[in-house]
Amino acid sequence: MSGNSYYSRKLHSLLGVIPLGLFFIEHALTNYSAFEGGKEKFLDSVHGLHDLPLIFFLEMFIIWLPILFHGVYGLYLAFTSNLNVGRFNYGRNWAFALQRITGVITFIFVIWHVWQTRIQVALGNTTYDELGEHMHSIVTQPGYFTLYFIAVLAAVFHFSNGLWAFLVSWGITIGPRAQRVSSRICMGIFVIVSVLFLLSLFAFRGDEFASASAAIGTLQLG
Amino acid sequence: MADTATAQRTVKFIITRQERPDTAPYTEEFDIPYRPNMNVISALMEIQRNPVKSDGTRTTPVVWESNCLEEVCGACSMVINGKPRQACSALIDKLEQPIRIAPMTTFPVVRDLVINRERMFQALKRVKAWIPIDGTYDLGPGPRMAETKRQWAYELSKCMTCGVCLEACPNVNDRSSFIGPAAISQVRLFNAHPTGEMNAHERLEALMTDGGIEGCGNSQNCVRSCPKGIPLTTSIAAINKDTTKHMFKKWLSL
Repeated sequence: MSGNSYYSRKLHSLLGVIPLGLFFIEHALTNYSAFEGGKEKFLDSVHGLHDLPLIFFLEMFIIWLPILFHGVYGLYLAFTSNLNVGRFNYGRNWAFALQRITGVITFIFVIWHVWQTRIQVALGNTTYDELGEHMHSIVTQPGYFTLYFIAVLAAVFHFSNGLWAFLVSWGITIGPRAQRVSSRICMGIFVIVSVLFLLSLFAFRGDEFASASAAIGTLQLG
Repeated sequence: MADTATAQRTVKFIITRQERPDTAPYTEEFDIPYRPNMNVISALMEIQRNPVKSDGTRTTPVVWESNCLEEVCGACSMVINGKPRQACSALIDKLEQPIRIAPMTTFPVVRDLVINRERMFQALKRVKAWIPIDGTYDLGPGPRMAETKRQWAYELSKCMTCGVCLEACPNVNDRSSFIGPAAISQVRLFNAHPTGEMNAHERLEALMTDGGIEGCGNSQNCVRSCPKGIPLTTSIAAINKDTTKHMFKKWLSL
């Protein structure tokens, strides 16, 4: 943006919370519906989202473009930072280092996850109706499950700690006490959103999503 | 000589040295005779008097900078046992041995422990860290500063441009142009002054360009490292608020 990194950095910070943070929470809740209400509830949630009007533009302006900018510019920012937790072994410095490490993990994971889900739908290899079964076939493989487990925790940390940094960078939490309180709140958000995502990961491993998958498999064979 | 050496307590130093700005650094070890209440500066003075390494061979004296010897000038900043701090207030009795000493390599090394902190003074010029009072006629007395405000502003004025916060900051390096915490805190100081406040926007705008305040990544090492206990992260967040407000005001042409 006009060659001034002040504005690009501000945009990067803003996009991380609005819309990406909001989308991230929405994603956690949609997934969680698989744990709360099983397959039916999850399908309802998925349909509810994809029945939104102008869904293509919503996806483009709320998800694709912000992720592209936040991810690519974030990689550049991570590259311009040193990690010095060895010399300065402080909690906030660890959060600083982890913010960059989890950012890189999340960026790689998001590309791969989008390829494995959204792009497979676009290519016609699966449908929104079969998304639960599709996820079941992925997360029942121990290797993929471990990857999802780690990546989900990394993404949630990046979101929660990023929210804390957003409040500082926009001058909302200024004094040490405000920053301490907001860091506790953000750690609370980390725990809650992590539990939501992890419970849904375990829910997708359940038989409910498997049997249907098998049924569809045989149907297609027949 | 050998008898006294065994009888006398010594302090072991491992010093990172460098002959010229463009040559590779190397380390040398020294065993300095212990004296009560020594600090790192008096140990370096001992090496200057008798530049003999632990293995008994002579070397060139280690070069360093120091001035006030009471932690107010900032000249003797160096990395002592991994942490950037002032050598004058680094008491030998309170340091783990061997004592490792290295220059603050965030800055260009001139020779041995001498570094060039010019970027910090350039940063102060860039953000106009002064109160403009010059005019072609007597401008009269400026507005008064409230005593309560003066008291907290005094804390910010303790900055001695020592460079420790820049050395501790993971975002101050040769891949980034981040101005560093010290200058940002000085903007808060001069913007708090009743006369300095009249040019507040100039200082904020200087921080809203490449290498300005946006380079802060909130590792908060600066506030943990500052020898004067300056609330650097509070200053950064306060200036974050001021620059954000200034950005919206400019957009809305207020």
